Amino acid sequence: MPQSLFEKVWAAHAVKKLANGQTQLLIGTHLIHEVTSPQAFGMLRDLGLKVLMPHRTFATVDHIIPTNELVEPYKDSLAQAMMDEVRKNCAQFGITFFDRATGKQGIVHIVGPEQGITQPGTTIACGDSHTSTHGAFGAIAFGIGTSQVRDVLATQTMALGQLKVRRIEVNGKLRPGVYAKDVILHIIRQLGVNGGTGYAYEYAGSTFDGFTMEERMTVCNMSIEGGARVGYVNPDETTFAYLKGRPYSPTGAAWDAAVARWKSFASDAGAKYDDVVKIDASSIAPTVTWGINPGQGISIVENIPSPETATSADDKAGIIEALAYMKLPAGKPIKGTKIDVAFLGSCTNGRLSDFREVAKYIKGRKVAAGVKAIAVPGSQIVALQCEKEGIDKVLAEAGFEWRAAGCSMCLAMNPDKLIGDQLCASSSNRNFKGRQGSPTGRTVLMSPVMVAAAAVTGAVADAREVFAVN
Amino acid sequence: MALAKITSVTGRAVPVVGNDIDTDRIIPARFMKCVTFDGLGEFLFFDVRKDPDTGKITNHALNDARFKGATILLTGANFGCGSSREHAPQAIQKYGFKAIFAESYAEIFFGNSTTLGMPCVTAAREEIAKIAAAVEKDPSTEVVIDLVKLEARFAGQTVKIAQRESARDALVNGRWDAIGELLDGIPAVKETAKKLPYLVA
Repeated sequence: MPQSLFEKVWAAHAVKKLANGQTQLLIGTHLIHEVTSPQAFGMLRDLGLKVLMPHRTFATVDHIIPTNELVEPYKDSLAQAMMDEVRKNCAQFGITFFDRATGKQGIVHIVGPEQGITQPGTTIACGDSHTSTHGAFGAIAFGIGTSQVRDVLATQTMALGQLKVRRIEVNGKLRPGVYAKDVILHIIRQLGVNGGTGYAYEYAGSTFDGFTMEERMTVCNMSIEGGARVGYVNPDETTFAYLKGRPYSPTGAAWDAAVARWKSFASDAGAKYDDVVKIDASSIAPTVTWGINPGQGISIVENIPSPETATSADDKAGIIEALAYMKLPAGKPIKGTKIDVAFLGSCTNGRLSDFREVAKYIKGRKVAAGVKAIAVPGSQIVALQCEKEGIDKVLAEAGFEWRAAGCSMCLAMNPDKLIGDQLCASSSNRNFKGRQGSPTGRTVLMSPVMVAAAAVTGAVADAREVFAVN
Repeated sequence: MALAKITSVTGRAVPVVGNDIDTDRIIPARFMKCVTFDGLGEFLFFDVRKDPDTGKITNHALNDARFKGATILLTGANFGCGSSREHAPQAIQKYGFKAIFAESYAEIFFGNSTTLGMPCVTAAREEIAKIAAAVEKDPSTEVVIDLVKLEARFAGQTVKIAQRESARDALVNGRWDAIGELLDGIPAVKETAKKLPYLVA
């Protein structure tokens, strides 16, 4: 019977049925970071357990790491304590740690693919909801809580109920100035922030076929913002070309065998889906959020919703709450909304192609007076490549601060934070209340090029106009 | 490890109104700079319980003295969306809550809470509204969440509740933390791993 990739990967990794009906699922690759793993190692010690497969466990530091302070001890003693804890745990349990000194440190969801650790047909877990990113390679990748981090450390498995699969087909060519980020913001707007609950999202169609791996990662990354725990794209030649020659990719005869195996995991023609959604790529415009969850998005040419336009009582309450928090005028254009901060980076849009695209348009332009602009590469490798290509200089000349790799202002666990009710044009993934470090700080999510347009004009802008994209 | 069989939760309830209450709101990221979960309870809903500008206590339900000591959290749809941080259910549990009663939950939050032995049950909005109305009228109202009969009883009324069967089974049979069962499966894990070339050391 024809099967989806999700069903095939699940079947290959199912160990047994548990008493409550869930499945004990083997997790082939476990990625860990400093925020959600220390407590799990503590639990492991309390129970006297070991790490079952240290060779399949990989660590990095990203959330708390300062991006403008390279020398330890960090000024923030709590951040230093978390850093020390990861080092201690990795050393004690024999886990590979991509520490800063290795030159391979970065956001966990950028490091995995970069190293070739993220591979098709595999299962991946990490104590981080954006683990769905790795689905871009045709892996089934779960964000998990700390107790499950403990479970995976101790048993290389976790207890899980099977998900339904929704195929989201996007067909056609994106219009100029429209990016992968706009595609996922559009999908979340259409299906809702909880529309994906209980589902894995399979992204398909000619738009995805034509996407680079980095574009696929941007979309899969935000699956969780639509409520889907898992999102994936079937592996193809683009996937294999990306993986070839990476440090953890197979070589020689093993490479050929791996590619054959990877291909076999792709969804079969005729696979059954629990739901299918079709979207015309040409209907997608540059999209920005106006509210306090990633589903509250509009195209750049639309007006901010007003309570009167609400489709339900819930929608109305949501609009009222969001407008009050965002201090935005109902029914007025979002375009022209003054910004205070521009943030380029995160596991959604902190990759080489994101910075290249921004550099292409921002070269010779200047960040508007009064706007604080920071560019934070997603990994040391991304940073190095940007520096080789002179992208760091282009951004610095425009007025962006060029920083070291980390999560930075996406969630502001490091010193990069909004102040008061500053409004930030951000290439990150969440616009929740207080997300960027100030309890009253405001976030407008958008693509990196739209962030650049906002930075140079000092207001939420249509990058197609600002940079004459056509 | 013997775990408690959680067949019911009895206590007073507090309504925390709203849909899509995300885990950043439940526990802001800056309080996650810690290497244990101890002490997270005091930071629960921190930024909505204190006015960020004035530092004054807000009218958030958890600041309402009438609901002090409540052990059941009543709320809306898609509760716990966003980040996978277990810090969120840990903070709720450490604050003193024993169960959550919502219209629906985000997936990861639901699983994290169940693993901590904190039942997340659902009911239709109208039913939750009935409980909220009863506790608003009399905050001392005792609410019983019965996981065996799948009903909630309060102030002489009974409403139907629901819970995903795998979670209900795990709670009532005292196997909500799967670690014991997963450890028992290790020989089978090793067999499955042999069939997966990428796991070979």
